[in-house]
Amino acid sequence: MTPTGPSDRSMPRRAVLGGMAAVPVLAQAARAQGRPIKIGVLTDMSGPYRDFGGRTSEVCAKLAAGEFAGKGFAVEVIAADHQNKPDVGAGIARQWFDRDGVDVIVDNPNSGVALAVSAVAREKNKIFLACGPATTDLTGPQCTPNTLHWSYDTYMLARSTGGATVKMGGDSWYFLTADYAFGQQLQKDTSAFVVGSGGKVLGASPYPFPGTTDFSSFLLSAQASRAKVLGLANAGTDTINSIKQAAEFGLTKTMQIAALLMVINDVHAIGQETAQGLIMTESFYWDLNERTRAWTRRVVALSPTNWPNMCHAGVYSSCLHYLKTVAQMGAAEAQASGAATVARMKSMPTEDDCFGAGSIRADGRTLFPAYLFEVKKPSESKSEWDLYKLQATTPADEAWRPLAQGGCPLIKA
Amino acid sequence: MFMIFGIPGPLLFGQLLLGLINGAFYALLSLGLAVIFGLLNIVNFAHGALFMMGAFCAWMLLEYLGIGYWWSLLLAPIIIGAFGILLEKTLISRLYKLDHLYGLLLTFGLAMVIEGLFRNQYGSSGLPYRIPPSLQGATDLGFMFMPNYRGWVVVAAAIVCFTTWALIERTRLGALLRAATENAPLVQSFGVNVPRMVTLTYGAGVGLAAFAGVLAAPIYSVNPNMGSNFIIVVFAVVVIGGMGSILGSIVTGFGLGVVEGLTKVFYPQASSTVIFVVMAIVLLIRPAGLFGRI
Repeated sequence: MTPTGPSDRSMPRRAVLGGMAAVPVLAQAARAQGRPIKIGVLTDMSGPYRDFGGRTSEVCAKLAAGEFAGKGFAVEVIAADHQNKPDVGAGIARQWFDRDGVDVIVDNPNSGVALAVSAVAREKNKIFLACGPATTDLTGPQCTPNTLHWSYDTYMLARSTGGATVKMGGDSWYFLTADYAFGQQLQKDTSAFVVGSGGKVLGASPYPFPGTTDFSSFLLSAQASRAKVLGLANAGTDTINSIKQAAEFGLTKTMQIAALLMVINDVHAIGQETAQGLIMTESFYWDLNERTRAWTRRVVALSPTNWPNMCHAGVYSSCLHYLKTVAQMGAAEAQASGAATVARMKSMPTEDDCFGAGSIRADGRTLFPAYLFEVKKPSESKSEWDLYKLQATTPADEAWRPLAQGGCPLIKA
Repeated sequence: MFMIFGIPGPLLFGQLLLGLINGAFYALLSLGLAVIFGLLNIVNFAHGALFMMGAFCAWMLLEYLGIGYWWSLLLAPIIIGAFGILLEKTLISRLYKLDHLYGLLLTFGLAMVIEGLFRNQYGSSGLPYRIPPSLQGATDLGFMFMPNYRGWVVVAAAIVCFTTWALIERTRLGALLRAATENAPLVQSFGVNVPRMVTLTYGAGVGLAAFAGVLAAPIYSVNPNMGSNFIIVVFAVVVIGGMGSILGSIVTGFGLGVVEGLTKVFYPQASSTVIFVVMAIVLLIRPAGLFGRI
């Protein structure tokens, strides 16, 4: 409508047009009263992190949603494949927030995609519960009031697995690094621990991700460096292939392997014969206590071939905590502002079967203990997924990067 | 220790050898593609999926029937080859008279369906397949620690590549095949059943992919995505070698394996792109490929 020359006769027409424009807005407002809480599980459904997150993450989100049936608000869970591409992930996030009425995105293995999604969640004032990604940037320079980081991060892995390896005498390192945000960060964090405790980093092979399946050339370079430790700054099928090939080329005899991010599904795929004796860190293991065992039975009933790891446990735990907050605030208020809901989540302690009691820090970091495990020998296992021996526990207040070192802008403010 | 280009000599020799091993897979896969393209004029994008099926076939034979590696090496190509023949009979044979693009679309779609089905059933972490006991262990070559199994891969691939080349270029059957691609009605008028020959050729090309799949099973985890990781590189190999050239695909396969291996030493970040750089250069200088005829 132009302001020039509004005749009296055009006034009713303008009113009608204005009224028509307002109808959808009113309808939307009416709908919003009873709009269900919608959880979007954005994960890798087809690539190297499919078993790390994937369908089992969706199952875990649905378990949490199921516990809130009949609590006065409806909960819906949908899922999509981000294909490990940041542009695809950010595109789905936009569509979910703008068009499909999604309130919260969970999971999201792959740090590159997670950083993109976190930015979208902030822009739209929605919520991002990051369980799959590793990068500490999510609670560091790129932290937002809309994102919480669950399960684990590169600092916690580097401190637990890296620290234990240096303590056992592994003071010279060579890194095999997935060349993107996650691998680079993990290498950086671990290098800091190695150098900080008097060790040396002798070299690294940053390889293209995704798409590398043959690591033999890099393994040969690692061997030639004469380092004592081969640090694997990668994850998923890359870690599986690296370890299998390292065993094949006899590296396991001359070097110690530190798989900086390895979860139970990887150990299961490698096979105990090859994986026995490796150490790794998770914040969850199904056989920790009676509560974790009972919870795992519920997951395995729906996902029998892929048992839950710390990422899956995080999806359940974070959705549960979010829904508790929604129940307290009321659905309409929780949907109105993502940042306000996240602030409320931070103010409440977490409590669930997977991690027990925990808390969330001002920068969005959840604090749980970190467990250092060793892979059992085949003779020590009683069942197919009986794979870990607990070696050490880092308490929640020591496992994570100190708040002041992160450089999160929320903290300075 | 002596140095070459700032790299210790033993490391460089080791990398050359590893390049040959990877090249063996490229050669075997691109050979199957070249045979199929050369004789059927079909750009077989399902090749990677069929390679993956070969590996899964070996895994299933062991898991469900207790049949070991050596029998799998024989049986998997036959079983998957038969599956290929079924595909050719029911779907692909309908496209011979159409533009290449249709064959490409069909086989690409087939690859996605096959991979998706396997992914739903078996996940993506992969399934372990053990190296046969007789090939376990490694030999110390002085400059590197050579796993016996990888040595076997190079030998087996070289034998199969040479045999296929000889069959097509040096036998009467091969001559008939080549004649049929030039002028099918003429060959048919001599009493040769050309459609059946074409079907069997597709089956043989698929069998080659399955054979490579069985060879790869103990090295890489048996994984629904294992084919798609290879296939794009293998297509570049075929293009560089010259579409449809048998010898070209073999030589280029081994050669590019070595080029890629060396890139991994000097500049690892570029190792996934170097083959495409080579492809672009070759296409600029020789549009028909290194061994292709215009």
